[in-house]
Amino acid sequence: MEGQAITSNQFVIFRMKNEEYGIDIQKVTTIEKLLAITRVPHAPEAVRGVINLRGEIIAVVELAEKLHLGNFTKSDDNRIIIFKIEDLSVGFIVDEVVEVLTIPEENIENITQVSNDVAIDYILGIGKIRGKIVTLLNLDKLVVLK
Amino acid sequence: MDMSQYIEIFIEETKEHVQNLNQSLLQLEKNPGDMVILNEIFRVAHTLKGMAGTMGFTKMAALTHDMEDILQSIRSGEIKISTKLVDILFKCLDAIETYLNAIISSGNEGDFTGEEVVNTLKKIIKEKKIDIDIESQSESAKEVKNVVIQPESGSTSEFAPDIYEQNVINKAKEMGINSYKITIVLSKGCVLKAARAFIVFQTLERYSEIIKSVPHVEDIEDEKFEQEFTVVVVTKENEQLLEKELYSISEIDTVIIKSMPATSADNGQVKKEVTKKAETGVKNNKEVVEEVTKEVATEEDDLIKRNMEMLSEYEADIENTPITIKSAVSAATNAKGVKTGKTVRVDIDRLDALMNLVSELIIIKTRLEGIEGIHRTQNYNEAVEYLERITTNLHDAVMKVRMVPVEVVFNRFPRMIRDLSRETGKEINLIMSGEETELDRTVIDEIGDPLIHLLRNSADHGIETPEKRKQIGKALAGSIFLRSYQEGNNVAIEVEDDGAGINIEKTKKKIIEKGIMTKDELNALSKKEIMDILFKPSFSTADKVTDISGRGVGLDVVKTKIEALGGVIEVETEHGKGCKFIIRLPLTLAIIQALLVLIGEEKFAVPLSSIREIINIDLKDIKLVQKQEVIILREHVIPIIRLDQVLEVPKTENDLTQVTVVVVKKGEKLSGIVVDSLIGQQEIVIKSLGKLLVGTKCIAGATILGNGQVALIIDVNALA
Repeated sequence: MEGQAITSNQFVIFRMKNEEYGIDIQKVTTIEKLLAITRVPHAPEAVRGVINLRGEIIAVVELAEKLHLGNFTKSDDNRIIIFKIEDLSVGFIVDEVVEVLTIPEENIENITQVSNDVAIDYILGIGKIRGKIVTLLNLDKLVVLK
Repeated sequence: MDMSQYIEIFIEETKEHVQNLNQSLLQLEKNPGDMVILNEIFRVAHTLKGMAGTMGFTKMAALTHDMEDILQSIRSGEIKISTKLVDILFKCLDAIETYLNAIISSGNEGDFTGEEVVNTLKKIIKEKKIDIDIESQSESAKEVKNVVIQPESGSTSEFAPDIYEQNVINKAKEMGINSYKITIVLSKGCVLKAARAFIVFQTLERYSEIIKSVPHVEDIEDEKFEQEFTVVVVTKENEQLLEKELYSISEIDTVIIKSMPATSADNGQVKKEVTKKAETGVKNNKEVVEEVTKEVATEEDDLIKRNMEMLSEYEADIENTPITIKSAVSAATNAKGVKTGKTVRVDIDRLDALMNLVSELIIIKTRLEGIEGIHRTQNYNEAVEYLERITTNLHDAVMKVRMVPVEVVFNRFPRMIRDLSRETGKEINLIMSGEETELDRTVIDEIGDPLIHLLRNSADHGIETPEKRKQIGKALAGSIFLRSYQEGNNVAIEVEDDGAGINIEKTKKKIIEKGIMTKDELNALSKKEIMDILFKPSFSTADKVTDISGRGVGLDVVKTKIEALGGVIEVETEHGKGCKFIIRLPLTLAIIQALLVLIGEEKFAVPLSSIREIINIDLKDIKLVQKQEVIILREHVIPIIRLDQVLEVPKTENDLTQVTVVVVKKGEKLSGIVVDSLIGQQEIVIKSLGKLLVGTKCIAGATILGNGQVALIIDVNALA
């Protein structure tokens, strides 16, 4: 496990399909309900469009599609998690935000032991806590992913 | 002491000063005798030295110190200004810039030593010192020189008022006002000489007008004097009063007051005197080595001639302008005064923040206008209209604050052209106009590189060599014109040269060679369209690749940059006569007028500036030419673009017989874009799509509508 990649051990846990994922809470700016999304033609894959977040235009990405999980399930629980990497703000559409969890380092397992999938480098590790299994995502890698 | 908080100010100011020096040096090269320019250069170099010293940048301080030494030698006439010397001074400036860039990037001066420049400087200083020794043997000759080159010599004890000052004294005499030369000697133990001198000046100014001071006021302020200094004053008071007042200041040792004679007023007499002095100078030189005498003599001839010219100029001046004593006096005292503008230095980020707030205001204003379901009274409408006026004015005001004259970009070009001209051995004059034209700061920052590219192109490929120009009967010196002017809502910048121009036939040949087009295709094109190919990526017509331009980075880069700024570029050329590039840029980038259109269920904004007209067309009038849909509008064939297809808008079923076509200008060509319906014209605030989506095809940006919805702005130029 690369210790320096995680700056705190708190994660925002969200659900897509039936799996739970987590991202470092320090990167998250805000979590919004599904706002009106304006489609952008010729946008890269999985980019649904742009939203107006209090005067700022922010691109939103459908995370499920990005992770090849198929389309998200539309419901009132849908949320857009807005986060910031350097000066780039991006929103991720997720099925549902579940909770915020503190996962101690010893409960995070290096992914290489579990799988040898190609998409592996945007997965930071697998968190295990209270019998739950959470896939922790590496945002920096996820955003540059074409 | 922590200097980090001043570093930004230091960088900004150093940049300004270096630019200032660049300009002044160019001027000095043209008018080597101009003391005002020289003094200005000296002053700026001195300021630079002080700043660098304070900030602890020792290398920069040392370099400017050496520069100052040289300038001082020029000032005193020990070294003559030559192109070579100016070259060296320019190299100093380059070195300072290198230091500065290192400071910007790493916070210290870096490894660059600038040894070469420093050594050259030191050598000049040293060598000229030897020259001075020889020269000083012919004291009288030097004296003449001082009269000419340095009428206000600050270092010598020689105290002759120049003609201008003499004129003031004479006028004063005529009006019954006294002129005195006052020498003040401070007591030996005086610690704060500058402060004491300041009190003296203040006292004198209460009773009189100071028209001259030796040493200079600035030097006195810097404590660059021994125990005494001398001033010339004109006053209605008598000398006893002045004497009394001066002695009342403590730490004053002696005050010597002498009345200034109103003689030698006649210019002819001065002329004679100078000539006489020069003659005696030559006579005295007999004892000096033969060679030196000769040199000095010819120099003197030259100087006398120049002096005559100066005198006749003064004569004309005096005759033409009946100066009153008051204005003459104030002019004399203010001549050296530095202009102080009422300006505030503001971080561009703060302006951007302000601009964003204005944008928000405009959005909410639009929303207020569009609110439905409320009872509108006349009062309400008036209030909204008033709000609209205010926001428009506020927008204009903020925009103006962000406006910077193109001069900021232009003023580095004279230096560049000078260097290019020396590098290429071509004589090139750069003629600039309209430097005061203003552009948005963001545009200014980006426009420099494309302009450099075009200017280099002109200097390198455009202007012919002097031999060639002579052969074809052109003036030996080539000219490059750089013009800027406002044109409606655009600012135009032209780069024109009177060089070889673009050879159409050669261009055509090249196009075929490169396989961009076939001969038949080419023949069908107009001259204009062929010129457009010049802007295609990696197209370069230069036969030889030189250091200056033609490194494969072609006009396409220029075009891309200009278009990124929302501008257009075109070229006009006539083979053998010259070439002209015209760049048109929008005044503002942030807020534009746009037409909102509906395509399917989606709203898009089309910049109003690119719209020519809007027409309704019967579907049956749309014809097919080579699978391309076209319409005929006033005998012009205009291609039709189906926006819903280009923008991948989900299809909506309709069975209309008519469609709305918005005719837009794409560069020089017109195209018709088909939209479902028009919503209306609106002032919109352009927002970036963000890093993830920037550069998306056909989309120039986004805007927020009154209802909070995001609408995309169509990039008309990129429409296929």
